[in-house]
Amino acid sequence: MDLHYKIFIDPFVQMGAAPDLLVQTLWEGFVSGVLYALIALGFVLIYKASGVFNFAQGIMMVFAALTLVGLHEKGVPAFLALFLTIGVMYALARGVERLVLRPLVNQPDIMLFMATFGLTYVLIGIGELVFGGNPKAMITSELYLPKGAIDIQAFGGFVSLQKIDIAAAVIASLMVVCLGFGFQKTRIGRALRAVADDHQAALSVGISLNQIWVIVWFAAGLVALVAGILWGARSDVSFALQIVALKALPVLILGGLTSVPGAIVGGLIVGIGEKLGEFYWGPLLGGGIESWLAYVIVLAVLLVRPQGLFGDRIIERI
Amino acid sequence: MTKGLDAALCAPTRGEVLLAIDRISLTFGGVTAINDVSFDIERGEIRAIIGPNGAGKTSLLNVINGFYHPQQGHITFKGKTRRRMKPYEAARSGIARTFQNVALFKGMTTLDNIMTGRNLHMRSSFFWQLWRHGPALREEIAHRKFCEEIIDFLEIEHIRKVPVGRLPYGLQKRVELGRALAMQPDLLLLDEPMAGMNLEEKEDMCRYIIDVNRHYGTTIALIEHDIGVVMDLSDRVLVLEYGRKIADDEPAAVKADQNVIDAYLGVPH
Repeated sequence: MDLHYKIFIDPFVQMGAAPDLLVQTLWEGFVSGVLYALIALGFVLIYKASGVFNFAQGIMMVFAALTLVGLHEKGVPAFLALFLTIGVMYALARGVERLVLRPLVNQPDIMLFMATFGLTYVLIGIGELVFGGNPKAMITSELYLPKGAIDIQAFGGFVSLQKIDIAAAVIASLMVVCLGFGFQKTRIGRALRAVADDHQAALSVGISLNQIWVIVWFAAGLVALVAGILWGARSDVSFALQIVALKALPVLILGGLTSVPGAIVGGLIVGIGEKLGEFYWGPLLGGGIESWLAYVIVLAVLLVRPQGLFGDRIIERI
Repeated sequence: MTKGLDAALCAPTRGEVLLAIDRISLTFGGVTAINDVSFDIERGEIRAIIGPNGAGKTSLLNVINGFYHPQQGHITFKGKTRRRMKPYEAARSGIARTFQNVALFKGMTTLDNIMTGRNLHMRSSFFWQLWRHGPALREEIAHRKFCEEIIDFLEIEHIRKVPVGRLPYGLQKRVELGRALAMQPDLLLLDEPMAGMNLEEKEDMCRYIIDVNRHYGTTIALIEHDIGVVMDLSDRVLVLEYGRKIADDEPAAVKADQNVIDAYLGVPH
């Protein structure tokens, strides 16, 4: 009885009693949710256009952030370093297309999936070789990202919004909107969707698969760079950061691998869900539930909707 | 656009050779799909390719639009001779096609499917398209207008916004034709455009093919099993059997050709 009270009643009583804390928790959940969505978007982009589940997406994020910070450490001015990093991500996209995707075209998906494993370790190796493996601080002030916090007196208390979180939410939302819109309404977006639907037909209307792959991997690289900068600003830039990218997995499964809106909604559910869970239900289990709660949420959703919330339902005639 | 089947009987004006296939051979491992085949397609004609199952008809189309690369022989298209070509290069140089098993973008609407056919004609950059502004917007409108004309022509206005995966088969084939037409091709390859259709749908499709040929002057090469349709539509007929050319002539002559009759009906041993 006592346990039931602690699970079903007490947390909501707390929420009602201290609305400022609730708002604070929701805000933090929202910010990490938007950032999860951003990472998940990188996966969705590549999965849609080439049918590859890109295991290296998390490492691409770390690699991009590391390149940026590393270049700056070596004396390159911040914005030039940013520019160069974008160049590196483009070179990476071209390299992946030429050396991984093109030779493996028409191979089973599992081959391409394994190839992205290989890519992961190549990127880790290059990253450590060139920039070293020790954690680095993100160059936030050099990139004119804001610092400090805004305290708002509301809901009978204080709600404290980190400026970097606000910036992160704004930048990530803009990026998500641009990508979503670009996917729906532009020529390249149409070509991307065409490639995602049917390779052969796409070729017959004159779409070059190789070109589309480069574009998609480059876009995913840019998303990784932005995600890397924003996550890096909240903690340090190190290879441990790729753990965050693993959080994108429940987001993806929740939203469905092929859906851009799904990635966004999935990200928000996971982000807000785990923060609320940690804060209100965490103490019940001795805390630290943030790291696995997302997976439990996903299991629950999969029981009801195996294709995820927004995924394509695959029906085949037998 | 209202001319009936009879119109096909008087051949459109024909001109120079648009596509010439010169001694093409294509093998997959030990299997020879196409064996030393030569033929040509003249500008403005409807060229039929017929033959029993497995004769190499589809392989021949795949060679023409670059899906397969022949081991021997050359292809001359619009005066340019080459051995191999990538599919998107073929599309760029003016070859469009439809597929035996409909290959549409199933998740996209009819309109979007047809718009992908305009992809090669669109020039404005991603950036401006993102803002839907200025020249990019004008371009989008112009192409959209072109696609609407095709939609009118094929009488598929009512399914403009329907994802094509939900359409019945006959309509899907029509959308696929629309997408190929949107490319404004010089050469249109149709792989069994009437397979699996009922009589009414077949007659509609015949009408569209003739109209495309006569009104837009598009050269058409088509594979078809319905001999009645082939005889009515085409100016010249190429007959393949086991990857070899066994006849290449006007419909009436092909119909009387002993080799062709043997290929279709078998020879007593």
